Amino acid sequence: MADHRRINIEEIGGVTVARFVDKKILDETNIQHIGDQLFSLVDDDGRKKILLDFENVEYLSSAALGKLITMDKKVKAAGGKLKLCSVRPEIYEVFAITKLNKLFDIREDQERALEAF
Amino acid sequence: MADATGERFKLTIPSDTAEGMKAQNRILNSLERLGYTERDLFGMRLALEEALVNAIKHGNGQADDKVVRIACELDDESARVVIRDQGDGFDPGDVPDPTAEENLDRPCGRGIMLMRSFMTEVSYADKGREVTLVKDRTTS
Repeated sequence: MADHRRINIEEIGGVTVARFVDKKILDETNIQHIGDQLFSLVDDDGRKKILLDFENVEYLSSAALGKLITMDKKVKAAGGKLKLCSVRPEIYEVFAITKLNKLFDIREDQERALEAF
Repeated sequence: MADATGERFKLTIPSDTAEGMKAQNRILNSLERLGYTERDLFGMRLALEEALVNAIKHGNGQADDKVVRIACELDDESARVVIRDQGDGFDPGDVPDPTAEENLDRPCGRGIMLMRSFMTEVSYADKGREVTLVKDRTTS
């Protein structure tokens, strides 16, 4: 069976750091897998402090934004905290245009994001 | 037809997002050759992705018997891509504003907004079945 893992998970000081593997989060099937993996962190593993690290990400479509919004809702419903970090300027622009920079807590880098939990 | 400063071509693809990605790459490669900036290419990829996914999924409903037609006119001044699906169409004016406070946490409805932000011009025809993307090349 093919390896569909699209996110690397690491535990740092009680925070689950999820790092995207793909440079382009565009492909429909990838986005579906990414969503499933993210949701499983909350729904199956019960994790409450989650940091999404965008260091590798060069492209992001509106379908991917949809998954992030659903993830944010799930984490909030579970009483947890979700933060984003290391977002490139072009990707940040996508968040800013759609005003999702108001919905998400976006930090400059991993270190600063971890301090903010 | 290709020459030193531009090319025109048409593509017809099945209602499959993997085929949409191939078409995207074909167009992006041409624009890269024509000297479009990284930022122009970023915007074009994003707009093509949104427009093609809309046509394939929302327009054609990923139906096997429906195709998406793509017509490109690319030169070193501007890129014009017309994408046409065989669906029922939609009213682009009817899509709720995704940045309104009450819609901010809704997971859909941002594609058209992103296209409009990154393109020089976006227009719809034939009841939403056809979208035209125009991107002027940034010169610095």
